[in-house]
Amino acid sequence: MSLLDNHGRLRRRPLVQALFAGLGGELVVTGLGAPSWDLAARGDRDRTFYLWGAMGLAVPTGLGLALARPGERVIVVTGDGEVMMGLGSLATVAAAAPRNLAVLVLDNGEFGETGGQRGLSARGVDIAAVARAAGFAETLTVAGEDAVDDLRRLLFERPGPVLAVARIAPGEDAKVLPPKDGVVLRRRFRADLGLEQG
Amino acid sequence: MSGRATDWPAEIHAAMGDLGIDLVATVPDAGLSRLLTLCEDDPAVDVITLTTEEEGVGLLAGAWLGGRRAVLMMQSSGIGNIVNALTLPGVCGIPCLMLATMRGQDGEFNPWQVPMGTRGPRVLAELGVTCRDVEDAAAVAPAFAAAAEAAYGQGRAEAVLVAQSVIGTKSFER
Repeated sequence: MSLLDNHGRLRRRPLVQALFAGLGGELVVTGLGAPSWDLAARGDRDRTFYLWGAMGLAVPTGLGLALARPGERVIVVTGDGEVMMGLGSLATVAAAAPRNLAVLVLDNGEFGETGGQRGLSARGVDIAAVARAAGFAETLTVAGEDAVDDLRRLLFERPGPVLAVARIAPGEDAKVLPPKDGVVLRRRFRADLGLEQG
Repeated sequence: MSGRATDWPAEIHAAMGDLGIDLVATVPDAGLSRLLTLCEDDPAVDVITLTTEEEGVGLLAGAWLGGRRAVLMMQSSGIGNIVNALTLPGVCGIPCLMLATMRGQDGEFNPWQVPMGTRGPRVLAELGVTCRDVEDAAAVAPAFAAAAEAAYGQGRAEAVLVAQSVIGTKSFER
């Protein structure tokens, strides 16, 4: 599947596939909507915790996880609208400065799940610049085919907190739904880490 | 022992150690000052300052998913900020332990504190959070321990609400 559409824009599914096909023990949190479907399309796994609601909490949830598991990489994958609702959490993350936390924003400039209404990043708000100003260790914005290697390096290897914005084409892909039962999601996530259910 | 003689912040700080709670997420309140200082000064406890209380609900959930126990400390006004966020622990059966110091009760000078101070607890209860109202300083730490055990033992959302009569009213005199 080509990484770019006919207009030379990054397509979210092949991009997510290219970045995350080789996931190992990394802990992944997805923001509600398409990023959750993207990670499910990549292949469901116990160590991916999908949010189906609680908009704005993907980054804070990733922060809590990063503080609990300092020896493991935590990757938050979310959308521009979701991260915008929790924009303040970028300041919280920067101040807490977890070295194991990476955030990927799949930025299509629209509210894809609610009908494609234009979002704030399409009106000039630069999420990576916000993260940089807050004090993230490193940020990156990509839009073309050469994106994958740079994104992979930032998300998997660079000392956090790091944030990448991937400008992607708007439009919907086929919905590939992960489990929506939150009790199932949290039970299997903790079980995979060898933790009691409590 | 009279209520005023009880050092409830020190008791809660000690209880946190017993309960394995070593992470605090907070938007501070004057009523929490001493407790937050005790936590900040304790090398075994991490204190994360939030921009808004709803972040704390996510942070607690993420921490617990990773095997760490945390508590959200806030003022009563924060109750209004966390409403939709409570979906996450609620739907997933993830522990959510909260400690709120109340404004807007008897003796309050600032009317803007009254809506959350008086009706916030009902909002929490409506959302499935067990609320423990504490009006006696000696009862704060036992309520906190009971709430923590219910939260972490049963995957529940629990809030300990420390009354304004315990923390005292804020002075607006110069």
